[in-house]
Amino acid sequence: MIGAGHAGLAASHFLRDRSVDHVVLERGEVANSWRHERWDSLRLLTPNWQSRLPGHRYEGPDPDGYMTMGEVIEFIERFATVSRAPVRTGTNVTSVRRTDDGYHVTTSHGEIRCRAVVIASGACNRPTVPQFADAVPASVVQLTPFDYAGPTHLPDGGVLVVGASATGVQLAAELKRSGRPVILSVGEHVRLPRLYRGRDVLWWMDASGVWDQRHDEVDDLARARRLPSPQLVGTPERRTLDLNTLAAMGVELVGRWAAVRDGRALFSGGLRNVFSLADLKMRRLLDTFDEWARAHGCDAEVDPPERFAPTHVPESARWQIDLRSGEIRTIVWATGFRPDFRWLDMPVVDEKGRLLHEGGVVGSPGLYALGLPVLRRRKSTFIHGIEDDAREVIDHLTRHLAVRR
Amino acid sequence: MTTIDNGVNVQALLDAREVLKGAPEAAQFTWRASSRWQNGVHSTTTIQNFFGLGQEQSHKSETVFTADHPEVFAAEDNGITPIEYLLVGLASCLTAGVASVAQNRGIQLRSVESTVEGNHDIRGILGADSDVRNGFNDIKVTFTIDADASQQDIEALVAQSQKRSAVFDALTNPTNVTVEVA
Repeated sequence: MIGAGHAGLAASHFLRDRSVDHVVLERGEVANSWRHERWDSLRLLTPNWQSRLPGHRYEGPDPDGYMTMGEVIEFIERFATVSRAPVRTGTNVTSVRRTDDGYHVTTSHGEIRCRAVVIASGACNRPTVPQFADAVPASVVQLTPFDYAGPTHLPDGGVLVVGASATGVQLAAELKRSGRPVILSVGEHVRLPRLYRGRDVLWWMDASGVWDQRHDEVDDLARARRLPSPQLVGTPERRTLDLNTLAAMGVELVGRWAAVRDGRALFSGGLRNVFSLADLKMRRLLDTFDEWARAHGCDAEVDPPERFAPTHVPESARWQIDLRSGEIRTIVWATGFRPDFRWLDMPVVDEKGRLLHEGGVVGSPGLYALGLPVLRRRKSTFIHGIEDDAREVIDHLTRHLAVRR
Repeated sequence: MTTIDNGVNVQALLDAREVLKGAPEAAQFTWRASSRWQNGVHSTTTIQNFFGLGQEQSHKSETVFTADHPEVFAAEDNGITPIEYLLVGLASCLTAGVASVAQNRGIQLRSVESTVEGNHDIRGILGADSDVRNGFNDIKVTFTIDADASQQDIEALVAQSQKRSAVFDALTNPTNVTVEVA
């Protein structure tokens, strides 16, 4: 097992169940990314009652709340302890090579030979930043979410947040509340209300079966795997954080950032259409929920159907900003993350560096992956989504070991 | 089940998408136009050949486009204004997209009409005010579509058409343009 996050630990749980001898290698500590690669105010997007791992679940007093990072770390640590996972912390994997009968793993603490390897090192190892970031004038500070802890660490003055996924909308709101002028550059995004018909929208995703949709049932799997995280935030008030909320707070919306020319940021004039696409997709999803509620006789248990106002299109969105004018002091790139597979010394990634796999089963026999977007189901990257994936992937691994024995 | 037919060979397009995924070099196209000054602000531009799928290609016949400016611009009005050609491009590209997406989604179209309006402050091109840009300030396209589909599905058709439109992208995003003297 490579990685002692929730995915690696869940897989370890099933390996122990099947009495498969194994070790969990962790570059840092258990739940390392949650400790070191998240901003201070972040809470989980999923409500507490959804935080469940094999044989382990949230049992606190606030099932509808959202865990802080400290609580997530504690939750995962407790799971590691309870499941007695054989974790070797501080052990960085630098290379995995194929051998005649398995794999040769090089770590910062020596070599390991094994028959199978499960990659559970996370989906968000490296922030993605567009190439034109190099053309941004040096007077502007550039940060990725990995560099960002909170507003106090930023220079005063205007901030341009790039990207309107969960990360982008959360950071834009937090920076705006700190008193800074904030501009948010918006490309294609996923709009969701926090609550729908009185229930958490992720209750609907779970109950209606949308999240259980399997990778081989999804229409356009490549697209589903690229989907940005939904515009959600976990707050005690359970509030919605969509573009209308941000606009009402005074955040200025501009189109997708397309290029830098002569020190100017140039934004797409297609803002209206990315709003339409997101509004239409949200409506379609809510229609799906309503149909499900009707078909399953749940209409009486929830509030009546509701529809939300379309995203308000600004009178005229700016399509360029002079980055040398001093208006923007900081750029925060909330333009996504990708996994890091540079240590895999095998031809198992495509030309864009994406791991080639079929539901977590990699082409190289005995090599598996967990915790990647829509790995086997739409819920794959959520904490509660790992149980089904890990069970099935470990079943496959166990069969592989049995055949080769 | 009735089969819908908007006259778009979607299967060919889907097949091409699969083939070109593995052959990015074949996907490189170059579109070409040749223009000749006539007199005044009147010019003619001809289009016939282009490059794509790794080789020279040709339209069935050559098309000649005449451009001029209207009489209110003190010109002879032998043809439409160059900036109006952008409206032609945008309307035809979005319309083609609507038909293709509808075919792919199994929606039978009966009529698709659109009007395109580009607002243009000509003080820019006249150099009368340096704060005014040369091009359109904004463009508005209004579709009227009669189809076997809900209003929501029709809106989704138009949204998807914009998402996959070459001309919509060319107009809404910056493009590097090199102009040289041979």
